[in-house]
Amino acid sequence: MAAAELQNRAKDAVIAGLVALALTVPIIGFRTSSAPGGLAIDLRLLDAALVALAVAAGHFLVNTYRASREGRGQRQESHAAASLRLKRITHGIGAAALAFAVLLPVMPFADRYLLDIGILVLTYVMLGWGLNIVVGLAGLLDLGYVAFYAVGAYSYALIAAHFDWSFWACLPLAGLFAAFFGVILGFPVLRLRGDYLAIVTLGFGEIIRIILLNWYEFTGGPDGLSRIPRPDFFGLEFSRSSRDGETFHQFFGLDYSSIHRIIFLYYLILILALVTNLFTLRIRKLPVGRAWEALREDEIASRSLGVNPTNTKLTAFAIGAMFGGFAGAFFATRQGFISPESFTFIESAVILAIVVLGGMGSQVGIVIAALALIGGTELFRELAEFRMLAFGAAMVAIMVWKPRGLLSNREPTVKLPPKPGDGP
Amino acid sequence: MTQPLLSVEHLTMRFGGLVAVDDVSFTAENRQITSIIGPNGAGKTTVFNCLTGFYKPTVGRLLLTSDAGEQFLERMEDFRIAQKAGVARTFQNIRLFPAMSVLENLLVAQHNELMRASVWSLAGLLGLKRYRTAEAAAVERGRYWLEHIGLIDRADAPAGDLPYGDQRRLEIARAMCSNPCLLCLDEPAAGLNPRETLLLNTLLRFIRDEHGVGVLLIEHDMSMVMEISDHIVVLDYGQKIAEGDPAAVRADPAVIRAYLGEDEEAEA
Repeated sequence: MAAAELQNRAKDAVIAGLVALALTVPIIGFRTSSAPGGLAIDLRLLDAALVALAVAAGHFLVNTYRASREGRGQRQESHAAASLRLKRITHGIGAAALAFAVLLPVMPFADRYLLDIGILVLTYVMLGWGLNIVVGLAGLLDLGYVAFYAVGAYSYALIAAHFDWSFWACLPLAGLFAAFFGVILGFPVLRLRGDYLAIVTLGFGEIIRIILLNWYEFTGGPDGLSRIPRPDFFGLEFSRSSRDGETFHQFFGLDYSSIHRIIFLYYLILILALVTNLFTLRIRKLPVGRAWEALREDEIASRSLGVNPTNTKLTAFAIGAMFGGFAGAFFATRQGFISPESFTFIESAVILAIVVLGGMGSQVGIVIAALALIGGTELFRELAEFRMLAFGAAMVAIMVWKPRGLLSNREPTVKLPPKPGDGP
Repeated sequence: MTQPLLSVEHLTMRFGGLVAVDDVSFTAENRQITSIIGPNGAGKTTVFNCLTGFYKPTVGRLLLTSDAGEQFLERMEDFRIAQKAGVARTFQNIRLFPAMSVLENLLVAQHNELMRASVWSLAGLLGLKRYRTAEAAAVERGRYWLEHIGLIDRADAPAGDLPYGDQRRLEIARAMCSNPCLLCLDEPAAGLNPRETLLLNTLLRFIRDEHGVGVLLIEHDMSMVMEISDHIVVLDYGQKIAEGDPAAVRADPAVIRAYLGEDEEAEA
């Protein structure tokens, strides 16, 4: 039987190869080249045949792989076992990713370029985790999340410029301002759901950007704000020399190197992102977190149980916005320059794509999605014109194979403990 | 005479030109099962929606007298009725939180108590003892109800995965977890098989007798209504046509007319 199957597969492969040959001969086989007095045709039949052969071999391999999978598929896996396995995998990936993230700056291959990508990816991980509170937990589709990112960035830049406060004093304020804007956005849209909510939040994001663009006296308009102060390490500056006091490298007796500041920024965003993560994991298990999920599942049932929908949704908006604001302040201090161009709709779309592709509500899924979307596009920078194509193809592929996101396993926030009387 | 638990006075609900409920008055007592019956479109669910704040009645007074004092339900927002007045309800088409676990469904019902214990989530975030004790108590209350509806083994499974009959009972248990004084059940026996209906009867009697809760019941299953009701209100075309104990309602000519139609000779 195995021999017959093999023969079938070989036959299929030969047919696929012949079809490919029919296509490759005209497409690859003939090539026009300029010759004296007009065009001449170069024959490249060998190339065409090689491509057709590759197609046949590929066809054979894919079929073999499928057959072997079918064989294994017969071993049925119970739902509970599958979910347990997925949980183990998720935890494993999470732990490995955390270890890698912590150790990245001390790895021998870590250069400035890699760290910069790391900082960028972590910024989006943090934004994804922040938006996940609004979209994944509370189920409020927010297409204007970048507005809070912008509010945080401009809050820090303006406060630092006008009052000369340090990054650490401005960081909580940036979060507070963003949360305040979250409440402002939240109030009028509380009654809206789904598509309508998405449109209003989209509009809100654009309003913020256009205000930033046109309020020239306050925000600098399209010129943006520059010379935003860099963060310091407990009062130690990251510069070659400082007018007021010691600098980082002098204090620790190191040679000056510009990478110190990059490493510091890397750990700063890592800590900010981890704080966001821990906060989300924790608040999910509190009554307010459960009320968010209940409102997402069924608003009418939640109301009938006495959940105040106004307050509950506003807290989700405010807390999500607050983390967006923190990330914005970090963005401003890292770049040293911000302008409305950094806060366009495409940013909101990318953050939302990270949340949706990662699997709504899955913290580890968001990390993977951010790594793929942000890190991936950075790595393939040379293929500039194909980047968006790859981006789109990846999204389509995930939506076809994993319509609920990469990791869409939901863990209950509380499990029934064994009865107090039972056991030791 | 003491005040009844719920007194509905001259309740009228108009939707434009349509009068869904027309000048209906009745009362419901504590520790009693009061059924509202009537043909389809008689306005039963509209009465429920007025009681639980999903509609604002056009005319009428809905007075609830409980340990918490007198409350006028027609003036309150829906979630406040559940929170302050202690009126819990279930829905004709089940409304659980399907992706959340069975136990989580029961904890959402205790939202307000847990919110108070978590002090705007601060005590909860810090993991203070005050919150952990409150949560443990809430879980124990969940366990109590799960044992009574026979779902203790499915506590951590998603509520949406349960069979239909279990979902019905879970919805009732969830409503009871909010510690109500009046429980409104909208067709709890719809789609249940006879064995499940029997289980439901036992559960409702248990709730009435052991928890001292007034139960308001909309139901089409007449054998069930006649068996467990203490008091029956009959609606037809938005008006109350009869009221009384099961035996009296069964014999009432107006009720027979509404359900079986007019006698041909009498019409002529």
